[in-house]
Amino acid sequence: MSPTVRLQEMIRVIRSARTQGEERGVIQKECATIRAQFRQADNGGRSHNLAKLLYVHMLGYPAHFGQMECVRLIASPRYNEKRVGYLGAMMLLDENQDASLLITNSIKNDLSHSSPYVQSLALCTLACMGSSEMCRDLAPEIDRLLRNSSSYIKKKATLCAVHMVRKVPELGELFTPAARSLLAEKNHGVLHGAVILITELCERNTQTLVQFREVVPELVHIMRGLVTSGYSPEHTVAGISDPFLQVATNTDSSKTAGSAVLYETVLTVMDIKSESGLRVLAVNILGRFLLNNDRNIRYISMTSLQKIVITDHNAVQRHRGTIVDCLKDQDASLSLALVSSINIRSMMKELLLFLSTCPPELKSHAASGIFNAAESIALCSAGGDVRDETVPNLIQLITSASQLHCYTVHKLYRALVGDISQ
Amino acid sequence: MQFMLLFSRQGKLRLQKWYVPLSDKERKKISRDLVQTILARKPKMCSFLEWRDLKIVYKRYASLYFCCAVEDQDNELITLEIIHRYVELLDKYFGSVCELDIIFNFEKAYFILDEFLLGGRPRRRPRRMC
Repeated sequence: MSPTVRLQEMIRVIRSARTQGEERGVIQKECATIRAQFRQADNGGRSHNLAKLLYVHMLGYPAHFGQMECVRLIASPRYNEKRVGYLGAMMLLDENQDASLLITNSIKNDLSHSSPYVQSLALCTLACMGSSEMCRDLAPEIDRLLRNSSSYIKKKATLCAVHMVRKVPELGELFTPAARSLLAEKNHGVLHGAVILITELCERNTQTLVQFREVVPELVHIMRGLVTSGYSPEHTVAGISDPFLQVATNTDSSKTAGSAVLYETVLTVMDIKSESGLRVLAVNILGRFLLNNDRNIRYISMTSLQKIVITDHNAVQRHRGTIVDCLKDQDASLSLALVSSINIRSMMKELLLFLSTCPPELKSHAASGIFNAAESIALCSAGGDVRDETVPNLIQLITSASQLHCYTVHKLYRALVGDISQ
Repeated sequence: MQFMLLFSRQGKLRLQKWYVPLSDKERKKISRDLVQTILARKPKMCSFLEWRDLKIVYKRYASLYFCCAVEDQDNELITLEIIHRYVELLDKYFGSVCELDIIFNFEKAYFILDEFLLGGRPRRRPRRMC
């Protein structure tokens, strides 16, 4: 019987176990066989034994005795053994395990291997679980690959470099020149990786940021080229206003991918110091999202609007009506929070109506939201009359909801302490 | 991305990919808690939630939940797209993929995931796969 069938056979046997105890028994027996086979000399089924062990590990059973086998398999010349060895390394070894350092030399050799698939295995593993020492040792190799290899490898090497810079920020200086030259690549995958790398480098080091500022026109040019040629631009750029206008107006938002791109544009516009026209455009996009049928899109637009309302109050006001409509939605706790932040006086009536009709678990959220809003208005001049008209209504509603009693007493006490004249 | 989990409706893990170093015990605890939280959500609720200090993006495809934990500044809609692309890749490789395919060929599911996501970041979809 070929070893792959044995792996699947084992999975079948484990799944057919009817109780937890039976499963444990089967697995213990298998692990004992696997352990014995690991100790033997090289046999044809090594990779499959490790694969079996990884399955058992995924079910939650201990598998630390497989760590050395991973190291051995990674060093093997056979591709399928290397592959399972690297998978095992990513699953069983992390930087806290001592055995992880042992694979550094194998990774180094594999990074210079003649087959790009072997190189990619090494890059992938390094990007997933490389520790700081491993990254420091192997950084020159990655730099070499960034400059001089096929685009398939360059793509992977840039992402690996991102991981390394996160682990060891000092390596940023090493990678900066290579990152700069990668922008000249035609391959979109490599460009994408290069932009991620440059973003990471700029986040770590303000000097690098200054250096890359002069690259911005080039980036804008690339982006413009992408927009006009009809590809959907998947990378974001800390650039200037014009390309965003193009992206924002030309992207079809009927599919989720388009919406994702629009949302990324909105996030970017908000992050950089855009002029007010662009910010209004961004808020309008978010307002359009609120009308979307997809619940997820409504959720993210509300979370974003919540953050934006602090700075761009007026722009968000325009969408007040839509937001209040969202209260009718089933998952309305978020829109309630948003409503409380914007001008609440005129909406008090609608809010009270909502409070009386909403499901019980939201009542406490709603009441607290309204209280918070009323309190914040009470701080400014004419807040007193707002409180006067709402208080009797609120009291009526609250007496009917017993779990709110404790909360309301608490709040009223605090309010009284603040304003004794009431 | 910090990690990706695939689990069935009964809460059994079918795939777990971790991009941050955590001990086995911590991983088990996080998986268990997160799986319980997501399974308790009603079908009409949206695909994003805030859990501990992470943003979680999840989607159910037939009997499997695909769940990713992303950092605060990541775009949730793009993460949903990443999940969808991964499902498309699996579908293309296995030909109309189902949960059993992923159970019995879990190592291939991992290989495909590793070609597609490197260190938690997506690459452009590869044309050929080894």
